[in-house]
Amino acid sequence: MPIHICPDCGYAYDEALGDRREGYAPGTRFEQLPDDFVCPDCAVRAKSDFLRQDQ
Amino acid sequence: MKTFAMVHPEKGAIVYRDRKRFLWISALFFPLVALSGIGLYSLNGREWAFVVPLVLFYGGTALFDWLLGEDTSNPPEELVSQLEDDKFYRWLPMLTVPMHFVVLILIAGFAGTHDVSWAAMLALALTAGLYSGLGVNTAHELGHKKTELERRLARIVSAVPAYGHFCVEHNRGHHRHVATPADPASSRMGENIYKFACREIPGAFRRGWIAEQERLARQGKSAWHYENEILQSYALTAVLQISLVAVFGWLMVPFLAVHNVFAWWQLTSANYIEHYGLLRKRNANGTYEHCQPYHSWNANHVASNVVLFHLERHSDHHAHPTRRYQTLRSFPDLPSLPNGYMGMYFVALFPPLWYRVMDQRLLSLPHINGDLSLVNVDPARRAALEARYSRSLPRTVAV
Repeated sequence: MPIHICPDCGYAYDEALGDRREGYAPGTRFEQLPDDFVCPDCAVRAKSDFLRQDQ
Repeated sequence: MKTFAMVHPEKGAIVYRDRKRFLWISALFFPLVALSGIGLYSLNGREWAFVVPLVLFYGGTALFDWLLGEDTSNPPEELVSQLEDDKFYRWLPMLTVPMHFVVLILIAGFAGTHDVSWAAMLALALTAGLYSGLGVNTAHELGHKKTELERRLARIVSAVPAYGHFCVEHNRGHHRHVATPADPASSRMGENIYKFACREIPGAFRRGWIAEQERLARQGKSAWHYENEILQSYALTAVLQISLVAVFGWLMVPFLAVHNVFAWWQLTSANYIEHYGLLRKRNANGTYEHCQPYHSWNANHVASNVVLFHLERHSDHHAHPTRRYQTLRSFPDLPSLPNGYMGMYFVALFPPLWYRVMDQRLLSLPHINGDLSLVNVDPARRAALEARYSRSLPRTVAV
């Protein structure tokens, strides 16, 4: 499954792992995240800014 | 002094020495400033001694900012990772966390066991609040970092002045909405600090609570779940402050109220001066442009930057919030404050003086060039400001 990287701080959203702290279960696809999703670490990059990396 | 160095494949040898490296250690000695009033009183028995820490903090730092001036030097980008990994810088803010508990307990203990005038008691509470305000600054530095230890310590130190919602609110709310009308923690042109405080303090609490409520809801948990990080911090506040009341009596209730509010006031003051009037543009899709360095007021003054872990390099901080204090950069042509934060906090207390110092400076910024439509203006003051400034600053006319 792909990883999506915050271009500012490098936070990585791994679809296989999700983000438990943020309430996104393993397997949650990046497209399924809320439209107003922002980087949980820096909050200055939005969902549309994230860079996809296929593993 | 430690030297950071590398051999770059294209640029050759890159060497950097941080001239502020050992100045940062002064953070470990600020408790002595906070306790200096009690120390002096113990020596001379005069109550004016209790005002000394307040004068030292505000007046002394502003004076040293004036004397020492600015430092605009930056570390080379190639060496940033070395600086960020250096344990010396990492441990300093963390080491100050327990000091905030100790200082509050010592000052509260003195206040609760000595028969001094109400004015002395007020000075003691303000001094305790001043140092706890620095604790919010420490929470700010630690709360932006990615390690669980630093984030946890940020929540712990936020508990001292009963501001447990700070980290959630600041990271998820303020940084996201900064320099927009939607942000209660970004001041507007024409808005005085007292009006701003009435918007910022409740607005920040509400926004922080909602953000944490939403995070827990995504996990299928109630807002009142023990994993609520705001409630965790407030629980620690309750233990600390109720214990002080239990040990030192009801006098602690007004003492702690003044302490808490004055600590919050430090944050309010910082928020007030950091983004005054600055406004991000809207994109075609209705979102706001990314926060740029010119969406924050910057200051490079040495003394107050050392006191505040480089908080005043605010332009880079907002553009890149997870950078550590030792690597924050200055850029040319930033919106720049004429003095460090402590001096500007003082100016902000007097709204006419603040407007006199800041309004023309704001309108003269290159990206604003006198155009009030590019300024975050208090809606209640817009007509008056337009009438006042529409003639005073010529705007560049596009041809």
